[in-house]
Amino acid sequence: MSEKHLSGFPLSLDGPDRPMVSFRKVTKSYGSLTVLDSLDLDVAEGEMVTIIGPSGSGKTTVLRMLMTLESINGGVIYVDGEPLTHMPKGDHLVPANSRHVRQIRSKIGMCFQQFNLFPHMTALENCMEGPVHVLGMSKKDARERAEDLLAMVGMADKRDQHPSRLSGGQQQRVAIARALAMRPKVMLFDEVTSALDPEVIGEVTNVIRKLVSEYNLTMLMVTHQMGFAKDISDRICFFYGGKIEEQGSPDQLFSNPQKERTQQFLSAVKEAM
Amino acid sequence: MLDWRWDFTFDILPRLLVATGNTLMAAGFGYAIAVVLGLVFALAQRTPSRVLTVLVREIVEFIRSTPLVLQIFFVFYVGPQFGLRLSPWTAGMIAIGLHYAAYLSEVYRGGLDSVPKGQWEAATSLNLSTARTYFRVIIPQAMPPSLAGMGNYLVGILKDTPMLSVIGVAELMHTANAIGSETYRFLEPYTLVGIIFLALSLPTAAAIRIFESWLRKKLGMI
Repeated sequence: MSEKHLSGFPLSLDGPDRPMVSFRKVTKSYGSLTVLDSLDLDVAEGEMVTIIGPSGSGKTTVLRMLMTLESINGGVIYVDGEPLTHMPKGDHLVPANSRHVRQIRSKIGMCFQQFNLFPHMTALENCMEGPVHVLGMSKKDARERAEDLLAMVGMADKRDQHPSRLSGGQQQRVAIARALAMRPKVMLFDEVTSALDPEVIGEVTNVIRKLVSEYNLTMLMVTHQMGFAKDISDRICFFYGGKIEEQGSPDQLFSNPQKERTQQFLSAVKEAM
Repeated sequence: MLDWRWDFTFDILPRLLVATGNTLMAAGFGYAIAVVLGLVFALAQRTPSRVLTVLVREIVEFIRSTPLVLQIFFVFYVGPQFGLRLSPWTAGMIAIGLHYAAYLSEVYRGGLDSVPKGQWEAATSLNLSTARTYFRVIIPQAMPPSLAGMGNYLVGILKDTPMLSVIGVAELMHTANAIGSETYRFLEPYTLVGIIFLALSLPTAAAIRIFESWLRKKLGMI
């Protein structure tokens, strides 16, 4: 973060209509390569937003910045009304310290393309680690919560297995349960089906469908599964060259794309399917 | 013709076996220091503090680039000039523990680096603290790949304990030398010392291989 302090950004977002997640003029670059260029993106509470676009368009970076796995070079990210990347000091914002980041980050959960389960822990232990050691829950309560969530994702009978004994689809379902065990308000899905064999993609997308219908979670998803994205998203953002080229409802974007690049991308994707 | 005397061999065997206990104790204590201190060295080189990283790396380089026997002499004979008056045992354990900590820190570094970046990211996404992430997630996974190297240095430290004889620690070599100077017979004591080291080193190496595969299985990492 280059600026010492920022002006022109509110200290917090208030009001009944405030977005759950808000990117304000967020810029990310690696050296001279700009990955995201002054991104503005609001996600409402309970909204499911899917990000699509060609590789290198910056779509995964959006999720990684929100999870604080990547720093940002400019702008501010707000979560649940409060700045994530910055914190208020007097009447302006300064770069957040690690304590502030941890506090705000606790509202966010994430699932990864490569699952990233802890290989030396069983499915159940994976789901209990955060609740016990971060949220300070008792082992008994954490275990109950983990068992409920593993049942929800259809993995109750595999709870004592280590990840190496599970298929990719099963590992990803455990990873979803692990993230949910932290009770996040925002869930991020980063290409969660890309590393899976085609025949098990359905078991993971079905779990996400269930989340959309039964939980009031705010979700951001990056995926190449266009049919799935069209089915469950409230909004689709098409990224191109570090910017949102076009966004809209799934019907609007898939049936009647306005921009030439969106049309090109969607027809290329359709050919591949 | 080799002048090997069996009666003399059996006479000195009990004394050498007692010394074997001291050798094992020296290797054990020295290794325990090295295992813990090595981890401290390895973790210190991964902190955000640039000063600490460089400082510890230079200390490790310094220790690795100078002979162990010099370090033993230094701690024992030069230590008192700095008010550090230590018994041969204490000085020896500090010197050998420090020496092997420097080597083990490099082994750990390799193990820690071998843990995939995704594990760190998952720990961040669960909001685990840095300390928790190290002790619950990263170090357990860094252990199996480090074990082969750790095992080599366990055998190494065992074989280096004779150097402690130079400051009078009554381990095997020291005892064999004493027997030699008392009786003017060197063939039997030195041969026995060689056999005893062989009998200690070979099973240790085998035990480490068994422990490694057991640990991988226990951690569910096969």
